[in-house]
Amino acid sequence: MATQGNNAVQKSDGTAPSRTTPALLPPVDIVEDGAGITLFADLPGVGREDLAIGVDGRSLTIEAPLKLGEAGSLQSVYAEVRANHFRRSFELSADLDTSRIDAGLKDGVLTLRIPKLEQAKPRRIDVRVE
Amino acid sequence: MYPSMLRTTGDWFADFEQLQDRLDELFGGRSATSSIRAVGRAGAFPALNVGTSSDALEIYALAPGIDPKSIEVSVEKGVLALAGERAALPIRQGEDRNVYANERFSGRFRRVVALPEDADPARVEANYRNGVLKIVVPKHEASKPRQIQVSSAA
Repeated sequence: MATQGNNAVQKSDGTAPSRTTPALLPPVDIVEDGAGITLFADLPGVGREDLAIGVDGRSLTIEAPLKLGEAGSLQSVYAEVRANHFRRSFELSADLDTSRIDAGLKDGVLTLRIPKLEQAKPRRIDVRVE
Repeated sequence: MYPSMLRTTGDWFADFEQLQDRLDELFGGRSATSSIRAVGRAGAFPALNVGTSSDALEIYALAPGIDPKSIEVSVEKGVLALAGERAALPIRQGEDRNVYANERFSGRFRRVVALPEDADPARVEANYRNGVLKIVVPKHEASKPRQIQVSSAA
């Protein structure tokens, strides 16, 4: 399911959906381990082709339109979600390697894996016995 | 607003809590600009949108990350219920792991929708795609709008 870095992670210029309505903030889980961080974001109704993940310097932006069915033929009678797009930005630590982000989308859950830079990874230093 | 009066514990008042959350959202309790901070869980899970067309009622439940086989959809006495469970983060907080944000819902959920009189519960269909459960409840044939031909006596 995971797509390799470069096609899923792209500059987000020009992919902005209508900004007239406030964006829906997708809830996230963020977990750090020794090798990097993993970010899970709930993006229900988002297909892989609509998702835009942009990295600009140290800032990471997730953006996607929210599509629920064919809007034309339906009349809304009750809506808990009114926004028509998701958008959320994160500031990444300088320890993270933004050029090697791996993104996967399954059942409306985005999983982003951002590895740490080699020099930022915890290392074990062997002590030579002389 | 009187948050202390609306904030009650217990399932009976869950709707009021949800209303509170809606108000928070509408009046800027959480604004889109504060995107670096963790956001609270907005309302109940899964969020529901309901629409009607001339032949059906369509219910959209925003339930990402769930095995569709584990979602139970039932209709009883004109009330449609959907229930299921979403697994918690499959990661335990260990010595080399830090959890910075844990905003996503986990645990059991159950939501109910009262169906309108003209709904036909015998022909409910549900499908799950991209984390959205779409439930289509057709209307009874008899209640669909139709055109009546006026015949002219020659």
